[in-house]
Order: sequence, then C-alpha cells, then structure tokens
Amino acid sequence: MTNWTLRDLEYWDERIREKVAEFGLDCYPQEFEICDQNAMLGYMAYHGMPAHYPHWSFGKAYEQTKTLYEHGVTGLPYELVINSDPCLAYLMRDNSLLLQILTIAHVYGHNDFFKNNFVFRVGTRASETIAAFKTRADRVRRYIEDPSIGLEAVERILDAAHALAFNRNRNLAMRKLDPEEQKRRLLERAEPAPDPFPELHRRPKRAEPELNRIPLEPEHDLLLFIRDHNRELADWQKDLLTIVDEQARYFLPQIETKIMNEGWASFWHHRILTSLGLPQDLHFEFLVRHNQVVSPLRGGINPYHLGFAIWRDIERRFGGEGSKEAREKLVAVRESERDQSFLRRFLTRELMHELDLFTWKPRGEHLVVAEISDEEGWEKVKATLINQVGTGPIPVIVVVDADYRGTRTLYLRHEHDGRDLDIASAEKTLAHVRTLWGHKVHLETKLKGRPALLTCSADGFDAKLLV
Amino acid sequence: MSTIFRPYEESEALRSDRSAADRQRHREKLRRALKENIADIIAEESIIGRDRDRIIKVPIRGIKEYRFVFGDNEGGVGTGDGSTRPGQIVGKAGQKGEGGAGPAGSEPGIDYYETEITLEELVEIMFDDLELPDLERKVLRQLPSERAAKRQGYKKQGIRVHLDRRRTVRAKIRRRIASGVPAPAEDEEAEPFGFRKEDLVFRRLVEEPREESNAVVICIMDTSGSMDRLKKYLARSFFFLLYQFVRCKYENTDIVFIAHHTEAKEVSEHEFFHKGESGGTLISSGYKKALEIIENRYHPDHWNIYAFHCSDGDNFESDNQAALEAARKLCEVCNLFGYGEIKPLGSHYYDGSMLDLFKRLGADNFHSVLIERREDVWPAFRQLVSKERERTA
Repeated sequence: MTNWTLRDLEYWDERIREKVAEFGLDCYPQEFEICDQNAMLGYMAYHGMPAHYPHWSFGKAYEQTKTLYEHGVTGLPYELVINSDPCLAYLMRDNSLLLQILTIAHVYGHNDFFKNNFVFRVGTRASETIAAFKTRADRVRRYIEDPSIGLEAVERILDAAHALAFNRNRNLAMRKLDPEEQKRRLLERAEPAPDPFPELHRRPKRAEPELNRIPLEPEHDLLLFIRDHNRELADWQKDLLTIVDEQARYFLPQIETKIMNEGWASFWHHRILTSLGLPQDLHFEFLVRHNQVVSPLRGGINPYHLGFAIWRDIERRFGGEGSKEAREKLVAVRESERDQSFLRRFLTRELMHELDLFTWKPRGEHLVVAEISDEEGWEKVKATLINQVGTGPIPVIVVVDADYRGTRTLYLRHEHDGRDLDIASAEKTLAHVRTLWGHKVHLETKLKGRPALLTCSADGFDAKLLV
Repeated sequence: MSTIFRPYEESEALRSDRSAADRQRHREKLRRALKENIADIIAEESIIGRDRDRIIKVPIRGIKEYRFVFGDNEGGVGTGDGSTRPGQIVGKAGQKGEGGAGPAGSEPGIDYYETEITLEELVEIMFDDLELPDLERKVLRQLPSERAAKRQGYKKQGIRVHLDRRRTVRAKIRRRIASGVPAPAEDEEAEPFGFRKEDLVFRRLVEEPREESNAVVICIMDTSGSMDRLKKYLARSFFFLLYQFVRCKYENTDIVFIAHHTEAKEVSEHEFFHKGESGGTLISSGYKKALEIIENRYHPDHWNIYAFHCSDGDNFESDNQAALEAARKLCEVCNLFGYGEIKPLGSHYYDGSMLDLFKRLGADNFHSVLIERREDVWPAFRQLVSKERERTA
C-alpha cells in the first residue's frame, strides 16, 4: 500500500517547518487530516469544509471531480487546503511519501499566503471560517427539515441565489457607503465646482439629484439588494440569501488570487524541497512530480505554471535567489497584489515571450491563434489575459432601479466592457433573478455594439435591441 | 506551535459518505431533466427504425447551473511550446476543455454534462410522456415474431408446454378400457391407474411463413418553415408509433420519408426532421411523390402500404383540388392512409385546415386526426389503429 507512517510525516513536517521559518514565511498553526479517496472527493465537493450546507450541486461537483481525476488533471493530486486559522489541509492516504512531503510544503505556502495577502486579510476572518460554515449549514438544514418549508422550497431559493452569488461587490477592502452617506455624496456632487472667476462665467445650472430613487447609486450586491428590498421574502428566504452571499464573500479572495496563490505555493514547495537534501530516489520523484504540477497547459493557462514562472522571474529581477532584496520584494508583492494587478505589474514582455503566451479566437469551427507575444501583439495578449483572470470572467451587473416606471420592475444594467453576454445563460439567470425578485426584471446590455434590453417576465424571456 | 496530524480512521471513513444525499438528489434531478426535455430530445434524435440498444448522448439542460457569463466568441489566452504563429489552429470550437480552457480563475467546471441512455429508455420515457397504457406498450415493444406458428396435428414426443392434456387423458382411458380394468364406481376408491409414456400427446406446431409479410411505412411531412420543435416532436412520435405498430404485424418493414413544401423529396430520417424550409406548402406534391415511389418500388400486390402525412394544414388554396385527387389515389393503393394535422392549441381557428376538405374523400381506409398537444398523440394514434384493426379483422 503506502510507503510511509505517521512518524515519517511528522519527521518531514518538522524539517519543512525549519525551512519555512528560515525563509521567513509567516503561517497560521497547521493541521493535517489523513483521509481516503472517497472522503477526499467529499471534501473537495464541499470546498474542503468539514461542515457545509447540503445542495445537489455539491453532489454534481463530486461526480465531476471524480471524472476529472479519472481522466487525469494537472495540479497536485488531491491537494486541498482551506483558508482558516488554524489552517486545515487534507492528505491522501494512498499518496506516496514524496507526494505527502511535497503537499505539506505546498500547503505551508498557501498557509502563508492566506495569512498575509491583503485580499484575504480584509475579506475573510480565518479564525471563524469553520464555525461560520457550520452555523450556516445548521441553519439551512433547519429550513429543510421544517415541514412548512422543505427541501424543494429551499432548493428553489438556493438555485437562484447560487446563480447570482458572485454578482456582488468585489472590492472587499473598500467600505460601502450607507444610504445617508450616498445621499450626502450625491448632494455634494450636484454642487457646481468652485469657480475662481465667477464674474467671467455664467453661473452653471445646478442639476437636482434624485434622492428618492432606490438605489441611490448603482448597486453591485445583487443578493443583498434583493434581500433588503423585496418585502415579499420570508425571513428564512432572506437568511438563505445572506448565507449564499457570505459564502461567496469568503471564496472571492481565492478567485482573485488563484495564479498568485498557486504560484506562491509552488515556488515555496520547490525551494523547500530542493533545500531539504532529499535522498536521491525521493529527489528524482520530486522532480518528476514538480514538473507535472508546473507544466504548461497547451492552449490554455495553468495557474501553477504561470504563477510559478512569474514569482521566479520577480526573484531573478530583484536581486536573485537568496538575496535579501529579492526576499523583501517577494514578501511585499504577495501581501499587496491580486491576480489582475500582479499580472499587470509583473508579467513582463520578455517572460510572456518566453512562455509563448498567445490569444486565440474562434474562427469557423476552429480556434485560431490571433496574437502572439511579439512586438505588436504582446500588449493585446496581456490585456486579454488580465481580463480572464480573477473576477475578470464575471460580468459586472448593477441594480439601477428597483421600481422602474413605478411597476416594481427591477432594472439591471450590465457594465459593458467590450465583451457581450452569453444570451442563453443570461436568459436562464434572469429567470433566477425573477424568482427572487418576484416581479418583472430588465437587463440592459449591448449586443454587437448596439444597446439591448433583455426582459424576463411572467410571459417569459424577451430580448430586443434598443434603437 | 506544533502541527497536528490527524490519522486516518477507517471506521470513521466507512461510516460517513457525506455527499451521498446530495449525489442522490442530483441524479433525481438528472432524470427529471431528461423527462422535461424529452420533447426536445425526440425532436432532435433519429429514433425511428433504429436499433433499440443504440446509445444516445443526451445533453442535459435543466441541470446546468447558470450564471451571467460572457459569450463564447470572445477568445482567450493560451500557452504555446515556443513556436506559436498567428493563424495556427489550436483547437476546435465548442470544445473548451482542450484548446480554449476556461478562465484561469474559475474551476475547471465546464458543464460537459451529457448523459448516455439507450434508445429503449428514451422510448420508455416518451411513452410515459405520451401517457401510453401499459398493455399497449407491450404490444409495441414486442419484436416481430419471425414466423407465425400454426397448430397442425399431434405427435408423441414434445416439450411439456405443448402437452395436450385432454388427448393424453383420453389415451389413458382408452388404454385402461383396452386392458380390461373396469371404471371405478362413483363412491368407490379408485384403483390407481397411472399415466404411461405412451399416453402422452403433444401438439405439433409448424412454422408457417406469412403470406403478406412485406410492409412499407411512408411518412410524409410538411417541412415548411412553420414546423417548429413541438410540432416536429409530435410528428416524430406519431411516426414512431406507427412504425412500431406496423413492424409488429409484418416481418419485413420498410420506411420511406418524404419531405415536402412546394416540392417533395425523399430524404433520410435525419434530414426529415432537421431540414427547415421556408416558403409555402403544396400538399399534392408530397402525395404525388408517394405515389411515384409506390409505383416504382412498392407494388401494392406485394406490399402492405401505410402512408401517413403530418402537416399543419396550411395548404395553398389552389392546390386543394389536386391534393384531394392525389389523396384519393393514395387511398386506392394503401392499406391505410392517414392525415394528421398538428396545430398547437387554438391555432386551428384561424389557420387553414385540410381536415374539412379530406372529409370529402369518403374512403374507409382514410383516417384523419387533429393533434393539438402531446396528450393527443396517443388517443389519436389509438383511433387510427383501432380503425385499422377493425378493417383487417
């Protein structure tokens, strides 16, 4: 079966922690749980949480992950670590000793990242993670078991809420203004700018701000807005919306730092394992495994690969391996960036060329290379890449009006950034919005450059071009 | 601070399969989604005259988790091997997993949800959807018996199920009388007189090839632009039932698809249901084509001909006379000629209809039905079939 004992793991863990301290990583206390494949897949389906509310989508996730692993995927086999204090990670019982050592080292990288990256620091409270997931699970279970509510009703709300979960405020570091402050800001903005030459200029007209409109400013938190403004929702329904929003908030930092985080963990597992003085057979296995983990995904992006390459590049450019300057730079960057800014600032043209990054476009039935990272193309490639990492693939949708033309119609606007929405998904998602809102829903967007209005009402879905 | 290792607990692991309930629920939803989409699936899949064990990949729509996402034609970024050049092909559209890859930040969760089911299951779900009674399903499911067996005489050897009890007992009584043992009186205890092997009589069955064993089903359908998914589904399930019915009765069943709008063409099943044509409708063209095919390939002396036409009934006024004429000719050569008018609920009030016109045909092997919704398919079919059974009885 396996070629290790718990004592082996403890021995290697101690050696690894010496290195972690030596390299100046700053971690939460660490806990490892050893489990079999079935339990592992179970944890993966529920985002690693020891307790999580039930929903069929996790059953689906389980089956999908299982298929995925059966077909072979990149990344560490069964590496799972959650952002909590103490940091909780799982080790697969059937993995070889080397894989356990590699995973342990990798996990300390994540642990340090969770504890120090600002997106995690301001967005999540690691010490409460597990308890919070447990309470939310208990609440959902209570609603399901309540005979006056039941599984179907809970599912209906959860299905709809899951669809909108990430259409929420993304910048967790920025405090949201309350309505009073928003009102004050609107009034201030309506004041004309102070004019040093009032004698010369005609007095500008003061545009009266609309102060009775809901929302006063475009609102990003779809679920919370619906929770607070749909008076027909029962308390348990509002609670479900809160629960889904809280979970989305917890996972947002992971979405925003996927490349940095995996790259950081790979960078450190590599550095730690090469400095441990592994016996030759283990070292050889390590090289094979490591290369698998950070191998490029032909035609796509492997976050382990890209992240690892950028961190190495930063170290090289800012003083070289082992230098104090490089160490300080690395630590500062891991603290203050997220994927989008990380790529913008640290993915250089030279590195892009080295990695042979390119953009592709569908043409007919093929995907065809459009731009490569050469003189003319690299900026476009970079811009496309930045758009597809972090929250880039999530369209920005805001609530503009909760009572459009006085009909209780919810008016949403897609902040179009050059990318059109997928209409089929928009149709289904709007139906979910309508489930939660209870009235007609409009979504303003652009299709092929022309403004369009998608509508979901009792009569079904409708899409029409404005003008 | 020291790291905690929690060892593997076998008993714990065996006890807990936390995702079991959610997996179960997911499967339930899959099955339900399949049922809800059965109309779409049947409208898209070729099912008539296919092997029942064939496996069909069915995309599951209802089970997808939708979000607001950007459209497919936006492109993405990939990693090359150092030799990438503009214009090079890196993958196939619609297969994101390989060439395109999802955005780096998200899970690898493209909903590649397709479930595989056999045609048999699909047909079963369709029967459910059409509310077919169990008894009738059995008849339609039966594979056509290769040959009909007919009883002809008796023999001394055979298998148990063919034992003719009456004749066996008679043989025994005959033997007893011949051997001189008297029959027991009413109240007397009978002396045991057992069966012997020579008493046994079995029925002899001979296989008899059927005389009329060839049949052809001619499906004629209006493929003008107005035939939408629901109409196609209704038409297809109707043709399917008809084909199954005919197949149960005859050994050798052919099937012909004729698509028509203003012109008629013989097509494959796939084309039959997938070609949307625009323009008007000349029903007579379809009938004339059918007559032409019958004349060339299926002589009425050798073939039982079942022709059925599905349309939404919107014929050009000027064509009505010709259509009626051709229909009359079809009635002369066919065992059964049916016309199904498929109109979603209510629309027959204002759209044109051929039903009234065809009433003038007056042939007893002509039958017309109106299908307004899917629940109508089965009763309509039953009507048609009972008429056929009556006629041939």
